[in-house]
Amino acid sequence: MNLSRRSFLKLVGGATATATLTSLNINVEKAKAQRVRVHYAKEVPTICPFCAVGCGIICHVQDGQVINTEGDLDHPINEGTLCSKGSGLINTAFVYTDKGELKPNPERVTKVLYRAPGASDWEEKDWDWALREIAQRVKKTRDETFETTDENGVTVNRTKAIGHLGSAVINNEENYLLHKMMRGLGVITMDHCARLCHSSTVAGLMASFGRGAMSNHWIDYQHADVFINIGGNTAENHPVSMKWVEKAREERGAKLIAADPRFTRTAAVADVYAPQRPGTNNAFLNGMINYALENGLFNLEYLRNYTNASYLIHPDYSFHEGLFSGAQPLDDGQVTYDTETWAYQRDEDGNILTDEDMRDPNCVFQLLRDHYSRYDVKTVSEVTGCPEDKFEEVAELFCSTGETGKAGTILYAMGMTQFTDAAQGVRACAVLQLVLGNMGMPGGGVNAQRGESNVQGSTDMCMLYHLLPGYLPVISAAAHPTFDSYLDAEVPDSGFLVNRPSHLVSLFKAYWGENATADNDFAYDYHPKMDDKDRSDIGIFYEMERGNIDGLFCWGQNPAVSGSGAKQKREGLQQLDWLVSVDVFANETATFWKEPGVNSEGIDTEVFLLPAALDFERNGSISNSGRWIQWRYKAQDPPGDCKPDLWIADRIFRAVRDVYEDDPGPFAAPILDMNWDYGEDADSNKVAMEINGYDTQTGHLLESFAHLRDDGRTACGNWLYGGYYNDVNDPPTKRRVREKEGIGTNPEWSFAWPVNRRILYNRCSADPEGNPWSPDRKLLWLENGEWTGYDVPDFNTAIPPEESAKAPFIMLPEGGGRLFSAAMADGPFPEHYEPWESPVENMLSERQFNPVSKVWYPDMRGDSDEYPYIATSYRLTEHYQTGMVTRNMPWLNEIMPDMFVEISPSLASKIGVDNGDMVVVSSPRGEFEAVACVTPRVKPLQIQGEEHEVVGMPWHWGYAGMSTGDIANDVTPSIGDANTTIPEYKAFLCNIRKRG
Amino acid sequence: MAKSMLIDTSKCTACRACQVACKQWNQLPAEDTEFTGTYENPPGFSPITWMKVTFNEVEVGDEVRWYFGNQRCVHCSDAACKLVCPVGAISHSETGAVVIDEEKCIGCNYCVANCTFNVVGFNRRENVAQKCTFCEDRVANGLKPACATACPTGAIEYGDRSDLIKKAQARVADLRANGDTRARIYGLEELNGTGMMYVLRDVPQNHALPYDPYVPLGARAWNYVFKPLRVLMVLGAAFGLWQNFRAKEEITKGEERRGES
Repeated sequence: MNLSRRSFLKLVGGATATATLTSLNINVEKAKAQRVRVHYAKEVPTICPFCAVGCGIICHVQDGQVINTEGDLDHPINEGTLCSKGSGLINTAFVYTDKGELKPNPERVTKVLYRAPGASDWEEKDWDWALREIAQRVKKTRDETFETTDENGVTVNRTKAIGHLGSAVINNEENYLLHKMMRGLGVITMDHCARLCHSSTVAGLMASFGRGAMSNHWIDYQHADVFINIGGNTAENHPVSMKWVEKAREERGAKLIAADPRFTRTAAVADVYAPQRPGTNNAFLNGMINYALENGLFNLEYLRNYTNASYLIHPDYSFHEGLFSGAQPLDDGQVTYDTETWAYQRDEDGNILTDEDMRDPNCVFQLLRDHYSRYDVKTVSEVTGCPEDKFEEVAELFCSTGETGKAGTILYAMGMTQFTDAAQGVRACAVLQLVLGNMGMPGGGVNAQRGESNVQGSTDMCMLYHLLPGYLPVISAAAHPTFDSYLDAEVPDSGFLVNRPSHLVSLFKAYWGENATADNDFAYDYHPKMDDKDRSDIGIFYEMERGNIDGLFCWGQNPAVSGSGAKQKREGLQQLDWLVSVDVFANETATFWKEPGVNSEGIDTEVFLLPAALDFERNGSISNSGRWIQWRYKAQDPPGDCKPDLWIADRIFRAVRDVYEDDPGPFAAPILDMNWDYGEDADSNKVAMEINGYDTQTGHLLESFAHLRDDGRTACGNWLYGGYYNDVNDPPTKRRVREKEGIGTNPEWSFAWPVNRRILYNRCSADPEGNPWSPDRKLLWLENGEWTGYDVPDFNTAIPPEESAKAPFIMLPEGGGRLFSAAMADGPFPEHYEPWESPVENMLSERQFNPVSKVWYPDMRGDSDEYPYIATSYRLTEHYQTGMVTRNMPWLNEIMPDMFVEISPSLASKIGVDNGDMVVVSSPRGEFEAVACVTPRVKPLQIQGEEHEVVGMPWHWGYAGMSTGDIANDVTPSIGDANTTIPEYKAFLCNIRKRG
Repeated sequence: MAKSMLIDTSKCTACRACQVACKQWNQLPAEDTEFTGTYENPPGFSPITWMKVTFNEVEVGDEVRWYFGNQRCVHCSDAACKLVCPVGAISHSETGAVVIDEEKCIGCNYCVANCTFNVVGFNRRENVAQKCTFCEDRVANGLKPACATACPTGAIEYGDRSDLIKKAQARVADLRANGDTRARIYGLEELNGTGMMYVLRDVPQNHALPYDPYVPLGARAWNYVFKPLRVLMVLGAAFGLWQNFRAKEEITKGEERRGES
């Protein structure tokens, strides 16, 4: 028997007890004398890898190992606080044993793993072998499928057979390098999870304001008078941002409205909760716009000056029964629009005609009133299921911010963006905020809350098939056969984007260096050109299922769980010849051939699982939802053979280049000529400098994108990031200086794109004369004729205020915020359509669902006879996305251990289920099992006089990792938004029964 | 009691940062749990679970409320655990925290059985009682407790008791004026004041706290009548010790057996 000192004492406990009875107080000085366990540890700052609030975390490092992680007290956003996921960060690398000892997370992949065709298990390999083999697969697929010209004879230099997914969880520099590599290989099939979360945000906001991002930032929430959280669940999904909501409530008496199908944790602390049927945001918001217009709650001066309210629209514009003018019917009953009648009226010189009184029947303001008049309170209530009095309470409260000097903000996330009419929901937010004069205001704005740590950055790097870094339109064979045709089509006559040629040429210079010259149109033809297929997430898997994609790269993304109709996605993966998955854990996508019930022998796909480094095991920057590009530092070495994604990307490219050097094959120039030298072990700082931009002759870093040129004198990987790394010794992205005075913009903490502006469209924070609308929320103002304040002006300060007031939205050619926008595929005004699957008919028009949405799988549509319940999916505070990281964190599994669905007591009693029973949820796409959570927080809704039940489901589980469970996305539909094909995850039909 | 914690349930969003931060700082492993129809987990307290957020759904007419609570050792002034501890292993620190000296603890389990709030865990392996320490180690070094550091909304604040009381009073007045008519402070009078004070939106039961917490009569009797009889106490302690030592041996044997198989 081994005796520790303490157990020995206990053995003689009788004696000890007697001895200590005389002194009942323990020695409190003892605790003081001891240093905390991190006292001698090194502190390395990092940024939380979960949602996109961008909280600072300190890694305490001892003997080269992280021993503790907790909130960074110096960080201006979180001020040391975190949510449950962030608090548990160390669990991604280490777990505690029963004895309280730290040991490596047993689920971590630390070796290169290879799965041979037909194999039932992995083989361990080394990096040299894997890189060589992957390079050969890439070359084989590329060479066999490479097209130099298309059927029209246009030079396209592309392969359609290699796909690329990822990634919102890796650094900006890594994303940039991946984008560059893929374009160099001729890849046009690339997308990533931003497609699935906020692509509709980008489409809706860009079409309204000229930029597609959250307009304000997290700390700015403190300045709001009223919040409406619609299509989002801020307390659960962006928990730390509630710090600033609470601050506004405590200090300003701000009110919080939560509109949601379920009574969520946000609703629990809200001042007003409005129940709302999934898929009815447009009706709800349109109703609020109508309420503001009907009751005169809008800000007239703002409308007249800063929006296109007074602009005249083509006299033939019309709207009738759900269709706008210009509808061209397609074979399947859907339509596409000819947008000629959506254009502004112009004079002979091209100037837009306006009516300053806004009385002309063709002016936007009158069309707006007309369009929204159908959205009266009663109709909205019947469509949304929100009781009339509750809706009125919400509308009155939020529209009170239309008063001059007030500010209201809209907070939303996936509950706004994942519908067939989602981009129009985002547009409705934009219209409402323009009507109320809330854009550009501290405490105002449309705050699209992004949900992955670097999804803003991966979107900015445009890991999306239809864009090039910095939101440059992709080069398509049909529209841009030549360099000149690209410039003709994509460079507007006015607004900031007249600078686009310098953005494009500098990008090509970054890609192909001295091989991009004026003589070869800066290597324009090195870049692959798109075909006419939709290569978004749904489209990629549609092609994959049909055997048209042979190889797939997948970085930190898990479509086997996250894809709509995920079962189909996994079947699609079986059609691949090869799959390269890069992740820290063996996710369901990499192990699709190991899914229970799947016969691995019949699957010929080769799988390479490359072990990645965690976020605090590498260097690089990530961009939070408020566009802050923050640097995070390596705190410890990755274990085993794990490597940073940057290293992996660099080595794959070099391996591919090596095989092409040996044996060039078709059009190897874009690979061989690529400007690619980031050191032996790729250095993220070097990549950052290339993204920032430099003078190609002197090598000097560019101060900002204002210095970009279209003659090849400058190279720049992403013009939007110009300035984020403009000083080798003190790059702005690494700055950590908190403001001493100001209103929370913290201009010296990291760097915000564009050019460190913290609140977009900030000209609108002041009236046309330059006086802030709200004296207690001053952002920028005129002092002795000069603009001054707490932010970088988002307008030309060299012209008089009355002039800059005419074009406060500098990214739009017309300069005024768009209440009416011709840039949308499905109409200039947001309109309510029913989800693709709905139990009711559209009350507002004859068109049942969005007439422009592409129907990919018509046979997969469920009807309400067979699938009577409205379903919606969501995330939980305790888990993150597909759960691939958080389901491997024991502390989070402890507090949220299993897959469940939430149903009302009335539905439970109807199907004979008690709280905690197992249920089966089904749709035409598949079914899953889960624990029933029977709760009064879910209530049936009254829709058009009938009661409809709602089934809510988190989607964090899958068959791999520590905590396993069924995949909710097996039942979600692969039907997308008309503008961006973001799937309708948030409103569909299902059935539910007790498990037999 | 100089220092206290104010837990404002009206600011709590139940993100459970506190729950995970507690485990993180105190190096506590996770429990194996299952979803039983509530977000609340783990179901009870143990040597590796010292605090948890509670979730209570209450229907008021057509509407529902979701009240969150924060269960853990509340560091009572009149602490039953301290009263019953036969060896004086439990005491009040100078800041007011109720602390268990694991070196002195003999594992008799009396504190576990007598705790008014059922929040003391018993570690059979180490044969000691364990619970929230008020992060004495952090506090002594100028840091806030882990839970208060992590809480994003300011629902958990650590500071001077007198300041926190003023804050709590103002908050309750505010809540009452804004519709939470049953809002109250908890921990001011209860058990002569508790180190954890609460602003409750509703009655204590809806925040997983006893309405009228008290020290069990048995515990008082033990303290005033029997405790002075030290001989008896030592015998009792020895008995408890013997029992627990036996249990520990069983565990060790069980582990050895598992290890062999």
